[in-house]
Amino acid sequence: MSSRGPSGEEQKEMEDKVASPEKAEEAKLKARYPHLGQKPGSSDFLRKRLQKGQKYFDYGDYNVAKAKMKNKQLPAAAPDKTEVTGNHIPTPQDLPQRKQSLVASKLAG
Amino acid sequence: MAGAGGGGCLAGGNDFQWCFSQVKGAVDEDVAEADIISAVEFNCSGDLLATGDKGGRVVIFQREQENKGRPHSRGEYNVYSTFQSHEPEFDYLKSLEIEEKINKIRWLPQQNAAHFLLSTNDKTIKLWKISERDRRAEGYNLKDEDGRLRDPFRVTALRVPILKPMDLMVEASPRRIFANAHTYHVNSISVNSDHETYLSADDLRVNLWHLEITDRSFNIVDIKPANMEELTEVITAAEFHPHQCNVFVYSSSKGTIRLCDMRSSALCDRHSKFFEEPEDPSSRSFFSEIISSISDVKFSHSGRYMMTRDYLSVKVWDLNMEGRPVETHQVHEYLRSKLCSLYENDCIFDKFECCWNGSDSAIMTGSYNNFFRMFDRNTRRDVTLEASRENSKPRASLKPRKVCTGGKRKKDEISVDSLDFNKKILHTAWHPTENIVAVAATNNLYIFQDKVN
Repeated sequence: MSSRGPSGEEQKEMEDKVASPEKAEEAKLKARYPHLGQKPGSSDFLRKRLQKGQKYFDYGDYNVAKAKMKNKQLPAAAPDKTEVTGNHIPTPQDLPQRKQSLVASKLAG
Repeated sequence: MAGAGGGGCLAGGNDFQWCFSQVKGAVDEDVAEADIISAVEFNCSGDLLATGDKGGRVVIFQREQENKGRPHSRGEYNVYSTFQSHEPEFDYLKSLEIEEKINKIRWLPQQNAAHFLLSTNDKTIKLWKISERDRRAEGYNLKDEDGRLRDPFRVTALRVPILKPMDLMVEASPRRIFANAHTYHVNSISVNSDHETYLSADDLRVNLWHLEITDRSFNIVDIKPANMEELTEVITAAEFHPHQCNVFVYSSSKGTIRLCDMRSSALCDRHSKFFEEPEDPSSRSFFSEIISSISDVKFSHSGRYMMTRDYLSVKVWDLNMEGRPVETHQVHEYLRSKLCSLYENDCIFDKFECCWNGSDSAIMTGSYNNFFRMFDRNTRRDVTLEASRENSKPRASLKPRKVCTGGKRKKDEISVDSLDFNKKILHTAWHPTENIVAVAATNNLYIFQDKVN
């Protein structure tokens, strides 16, 4: 059985993994998500972060759809009322209700 | 080691011996989202301790005075006041849900019998007045004791109402509402040393307010690019200098800190000082920028240093040296080889806070598995402690915890893979003068004290 030592490139990779666990983790990530495009510092990435809290109810769309489908039945809401996305036209009744915190904090109990 | 109430070593066996004091909150397995604590802050004297939660509520605890009848209750914090600070809102124009979660609480220095604090959610800052009422007027002329109005024609004699003692009532009332000044999410508020103004910072802007004026706010930093596609960094935290009322700092998602002087110009887009640690380009990875993002910045009480927290470490900076920090303390370096999973479960974006003790000789920050870390700047020693109900006998000493990274796990050590990443300690606070710390563990608030205390 002939044994050869690691090639120059393989050796560097091994050194990298030992010297930099971060790079090893990066390799792991890229292996799991080959199409991972967005770099963390990119503007897309940051802009998504700025948009936290965006809901999908569009009042304009709702009214246009209502006008178009005057006589037809509107697509019914999914039984699970937590997500309002896709082809279903949301109605105000369908939106998940924001629960107000009327209950006192348990820290004060 | 001399120092006002904060000097001394940290690790057990020497000067400090951290002991369990109290725990507040429910023991439920199922934690309601609203009960998750999102802010913890002692007031300037340390007598009051405020917490904010995701449900928009504020609970204030007060320290019991020394009482010969109940000697063990000295130093205990009990509920003083609780109120709903913020409610959930929906911005219909932008289809934006505005969470009621309290992001920050900052106390104002006390100027009279009442206490004032600022609390903020993503969009609105509120000034709350907390005052005590322990007397009630009796003997009105125009109304009965039960409040019913008297017929004025039947009043035949006049009397002067007198003040009678009543059971203590603590009232919280919103005195100012500072709204509509932030397009993006507010991450910081900081009261100025002039006691008249304060700043609020969101992802792209920092605003200056006067505490008396709610309909106007000055924008002092604006990093929004003309074209949003050129956006490269966001503001993550901001704070006023503790003594110099014209100086403040703000940190960024790229791991930099900018110090600004409001005397130099009205719009502080150009910094006076720029703090950044040089990075070794060969060690750069996909995660580098994310883990360098600063989640908290705090000036030392002395005003000479500032501390920043990024994902894996806490750094102390000398304000006179911009090139690199003077101290770097590893919080949980063992996580560096877990970054891939931490990215997948979003934990890599967790925002940990950090705090100084009263004498600036020690610093503290949280970690996972309900662990928190303390670093003694003088002895260079550090310790890992755990906030757990299993170790909650009154005045029980906390045993230092250790995480093992290699193969062989010693007894009492916990391996990295067994850490519970849902048990995060993001918010901690250190009493301004004594060795008492408050640690928020999800929905529970732990209070630990130094035995010697």
